[in-house]
Amino acid sequence: MIWQLDIVLLIFIVVCAIAAINIKDLLSAVIILGAYSFFMCLLWTEMGAVDVAFTEASVGAGIGTVLFIAAVNKTSRRSKD
Amino acid sequence: MLEYILAKYNFWIYVILMMIGLYAMMGKRNLVKKLIGMNIFQTSIILFFVSIGVKAGDATVPILKGDGHGHGEHLIQVADYLNPLPHVLMLTAIVVSIATTGVALATLILIYKRYNTLEEDEIMAIRKDASSYKTQR
Repeated sequence: MIWQLDIVLLIFIVVCAIAAINIKDLLSAVIILGAYSFFMCLLWTEMGAVDVAFTEASVGAGIGTVLFIAAVNKTSRRSKD
Repeated sequence: MLEYILAKYNFWIYVILMMIGLYAMMGKRNLVKKLIGMNIFQTSIILFFVSIGVKAGDATVPILKGDGHGHGEHLIQVADYLNPLPHVLMLTAIVVSIATTGVALATLILIYKRYNTLEEDEIMAIRKDASSYKTQR
C-alpha cells in the first residue's frame, strides 16, 4: 500500500463525486459517475482487493454506466439542479 | 492523537463520500441525481469494508507461500496476508447494488412515461392537482 498514490486517488474520487451531483447535464453526470467507479477500482487494486476491483470495473463501471445511459436516453437529459 | 487521526485517512474520506451521497439523496430534486447519490453512498460503504481488510507492512494477497505441491510450503503468519473476508462480502454488495440500480432505473422510466418529467416537485404538483380535481367532482 503506497500512501501517496492512495491520497491522490482519494482526492480524485471526492472531486468526481462532487462533480457528478452538481452538473446539470445528466449524461455528463452519468459519465463522471463512471469515471468515479473506475477510480474506485484503481483504489481497490492498490489496496490489494483485486477481486473486488475487477468486479467493480466490469459490473459497477461497465454495466452500471450502460444502464444509466440507456435510462437517460429514454427519459430527459436536462435537470434543474 | 493527531497521528491516530491521520493514519485512518481512508475512514475520513469514507465519511465525506457518505455525506455527499446522503446530501444528493435528500437535497437534490431530480430523480436521476438521487440515484447517483445512492450509488456514491453504496460505494462509500464498500470502501469502508475494504479498508478494514488492509494491513500495514508487506502483507500480500495470496494466503499461502510455496509452489502448491508441498515444496517450500508452510503456514504463514496472519500478519503476512490481507484479510480476504471483507473482500468476499463486498463482492456480493457490488452485485446487489447494480441490481437495485437496475430496478430503480426501470421505475424511473415508468415515472417518466406517466408524468413526463423527472423533477420531484413537478411530479408532486401534478399529483396534487389530480387529487384536488378528484375531490371537487
